[in-house]
Amino acid sequence: MGEEPSIWEYFTRNWSTGQPGSIDTLLGDHIVMSLLPIVAALAFAIPIGLACVRWRLLYQPTAGLVNIIYALPSLALFGVFLAVTGLSQATVIIPLTFYAVAVLVPAVVDGLRSVPEHVRQSAVAMGFTPLRRLTRVELPLAAPVVLAGLRVAAVSSISLVSVGALVGMGGLGYLFIRAWQIDYFAPAIVGIVGIVLLALIVDGILVVSQRLLTPWVRARRSG
Amino acid sequence: MGAGEEERVNWLIEFFGDPANWSGPDGIPLRLLEHLLFSVAALALAALVAIPLGLWIGHTGRGSLFIVVAANLARALPTLGLVVLIVMLLGTASVWPVLIPLVALAVPAILVNTFEGIRGVDPELRDAAYGMGLSGRQVLGRVLVPVALPLILLGLRLAAIQIVATAAVAAYTGLGGLGRYIIDGLAIRDYPTVLGGSVLIVLFALAAQFLFVMAERVAVSPGVSRRVKVR
Repeated sequence: MGEEPSIWEYFTRNWSTGQPGSIDTLLGDHIVMSLLPIVAALAFAIPIGLACVRWRLLYQPTAGLVNIIYALPSLALFGVFLAVTGLSQATVIIPLTFYAVAVLVPAVVDGLRSVPEHVRQSAVAMGFTPLRRLTRVELPLAAPVVLAGLRVAAVSSISLVSVGALVGMGGLGYLFIRAWQIDYFAPAIVGIVGIVLLALIVDGILVVSQRLLTPWVRARRSG
Repeated sequence: MGAGEEERVNWLIEFFGDPANWSGPDGIPLRLLEHLLFSVAALALAALVAIPLGLWIGHTGRGSLFIVVAANLARALPTLGLVVLIVMLLGTASVWPVLIPLVALAVPAILVNTFEGIRGVDPELRDAAYGMGLSGRQVLGRVLVPVALPLILLGLRLAAIQIVATAAVAAYTGLGGLGRYIIDGLAIRDYPTVLGGSVLIVLFALAAQFLFVMAERVAVSPGVSRRVKVR
């Protein structure tokens, strides 16, 4: 395995060079471009999901729209947004927000629907106002399902950012372009490993936060 | 860059109105056909691998862990990186190297959903079929597959979506198809071509999606899809 040091060498030599293509800068861009859409999507998906549960008629058309958005190829969407937002991070962040919303809306709806009716009624009987019932009872009980959706959305988002490299904004995905240009595979491997590791770390953080935020799930399982 | 609304519409008119874009090796009909051929070939290969494997794992219950790992890994793997790396290592002499990442990224979607479909069949239904004297193979073919069909088709649809998208990305390494317009357009900063190609790929993906939704309606047994009320 004489190739291993050269991949490691490529990584260490390009980690913090202060140049535009420096790996630490690419990693920072990658984190911003993949996680900002997730945060934004959560802010959109919760009210949309609430509306779909509250007014059942809304759910069918919303589900249809979600399916369509999910089917749009990322490169094509980046290409369309390049014409709108130009060479900026928004060209990647906006389409990725769409994808994340498409994953999170069904998760929020399923999560809210998983709240047992008797629990909801108990909350009403205890004198919870609708808003307090939502924030204290329904959303916390929906959290495990929403967090499961969040994991899927986050991991997909992290891997999809790299396609943005083709329109000039791809974070670590730039390393794939670099590999192709200099016809040497080390940058591509650094990029793939970096992206998969980032996905694993973010996924791990979400798993841990799921345990911390919803301790009753584990208590119920073990007890 | 960032153009005004009117200019973008002009870009589309410029791209779709140019007769040069409608004939020859760079023409829209041929690029469309290429994209269709790569996608169908990759989907067929992926289905050939994933459906039997998913049926087997779902039916026997062996190797379930493998399914979970495959599903998660496929989501995390960057498509562009995989395409670049594989084409780089195997060369651009033929189309086959590009088909490997296309197939590899499509397999998990079909595998997971086929597996989930078979696993999700009501155990009582399965037992009833065995009780009627059907062999393991007959139970699979006559009961489990028809009941699991909605999920199997969903897996195929998700795989097709993935393939259409990855085929566009693979244009970067020289694959033909509609992705060429985006890659070639970007290379010479010809934004009307980039936008036109993007719109074509979006339409292609929507057409594929529509086709699969229709197929799900036709192929799934009325009793399974609950179009007919079962007493």
